Amino acid sequence: MSRVRLIQTLLIGGSVALLEILCRAGVIDHFTMIPPSDMLLSLIRIARTESWFWPDVLYTLRNLAVAIVIAVAGGFLIGLGVHAVPRLRRCLDPLFSSYYSVPTFVLYPLLIVIFGIGPASLIVMGALFGVVAMIVATLTALDRIPRALIKTARIMRLDALRGVLMVRLPAAAPHLFTGLKLAVAYCVIGVIAGEFILATAGIGRRLSFSYNNFDNQTMYGVLLLILVFAATLNALLNIWEKRLHQRWYR
Amino acid sequence: MNARPRLVETDHSATAHVAFRSVSHTYPARAGHPPVHALGPLDFNLNRGEFLSVVGPSGCGKTTLLEVLAGLVKPEGGTIEIDGRAMTGDVPDGVGVVFQEDASFPWLTVADNVAFGLRRAGLPAKEIAGRVDYALDFMGLNQFRTAYPSQLSGGMRQRVCIARTLVTRPSLILLDEPFGALDQQTRLLMGEELLKLWRETGATVMLITHSLDEAAMLADRVAVMSARPGRFIDIIETRWPRERDSSLASQPEFGVLTSRLWSLLREESRKAMESSGARSSGATAR
Repeated sequence: MSRVRLIQTLLIGGSVALLEILCRAGVIDHFTMIPPSDMLLSLIRIARTESWFWPDVLYTLRNLAVAIVIAVAGGFLIGLGVHAVPRLRRCLDPLFSSYYSVPTFVLYPLLIVIFGIGPASLIVMGALFGVVAMIVATLTALDRIPRALIKTARIMRLDALRGVLMVRLPAAAPHLFTGLKLAVAYCVIGVIAGEFILATAGIGRRLSFSYNNFDNQTMYGVLLLILVFAATLNALLNIWEKRLHQRWYR
Repeated sequence: MNARPRLVETDHSATAHVAFRSVSHTYPARAGHPPVHALGPLDFNLNRGEFLSVVGPSGCGKTTLLEVLAGLVKPEGGTIEIDGRAMTGDVPDGVGVVFQEDASFPWLTVADNVAFGLRRAGLPAKEIAGRVDYALDFMGLNQFRTAYPSQLSGGMRQRVCIARTLVTRPSLILLDEPFGALDQQTRLLMGEELLKLWRETGATVMLITHSLDEAAMLADRVAVMSARPGRFIDIIETRWPRERDSSLASQPEFGVLTSRLWSLLREESRKAMESSGARSSGATAR
């Protein structure tokens, strides 16, 4: 284990241990937070006994998957289109760069009016939140394809489609992947936050439901699940990204 | 020294591989920039099987010249004939190009990089394997065949690009400052390998370089370009034997030749430097 890894592990482990001690000692009262070990036990209990658990988890995962596909594929295609028309790009660039300063969630009530309370609103919320990260990454990726590779593709007489598939896309892959990673993270936030605000099912809705009912045990169990899920997803994508970058730019 | 300067004129006695006829190019105006008359008009022949070096001050249109001949840029004026047929604006048959920048594909192994063009051309697998093996051997890359470009040095990556061009058996090889990013020793060795490749394939070679030594050592003829718009102010025959290597550099004729090139280029380089403002120029002699 490297030194940095060791410090990271100690930092996280120490924080969890400190929380555990503070909760157990009564410094943090039980009604504010339950000890981390109880969060884990609570998560195991609800996963094993509660009938809503798996349907809610699957509901969220399904909506999330659809939102990610829309954000990534849509963001890529929009990025491709915008990149091809420099004038359009100059118009849109300020919008893209200020997009994440707007609290997108203020649109959620509007989405519910348009799509109703259900998967569609959540999917659109998640996709809206993630798509611009993918668009911006696609633009960057296309900008950074080395000119020599594009010229090589022409010298080898690849037609337009092959040139894109066999040279431009692989050359752009590392930057595209960075966009994918960001889009996934934003979609997770969008979908779960949407559920938290208003939904009929889903893990985010279960979080707000237990919160509103003073059901601390369930709330913290679900909270732990969301944290672990998001962290794991991010870690997996990071490993994949690192491998890609290593091969391209070592 | 027996190399005499000749006036720039179309030479009809030699067998022309490529004929430039009043070729000129102007890049159109872009936002905030006026149009740039980059090249020509140029009239000259590239003889079959010869090794021509092109030197000139930086920004004089050397790369434009190469890109026009490679079919990457359609010249605004004039025509280029290859084997007597006018170019149509596409990449012509039998042309291989090596660029200054690393153009190896980072997602493919060395062997797959080299095989890329052949696979696109749909050659039988056995034929591809044979040619790739030969090219890897020739360029000294055999032990790196399963490596990725990111694992190799700059010189090795440039070898991959040369091997990738070599396997397609081009009759016309265009090189745009291929060793520009390499250190002097590697440059010399790569130059020797380039000569070996030229002798072995019998291809016509046009090498663009900003190194006068490199131009003088490798070429049968050295074309000296003027500051922008690039025209040939002179084409000098080196009269080296076909079998030659970097030991030429120790001969007195070599010094005479490079100093002659420099005296031709000096004024042009000054002009280029002044027209590009205070920006330092890389076109000085080494």
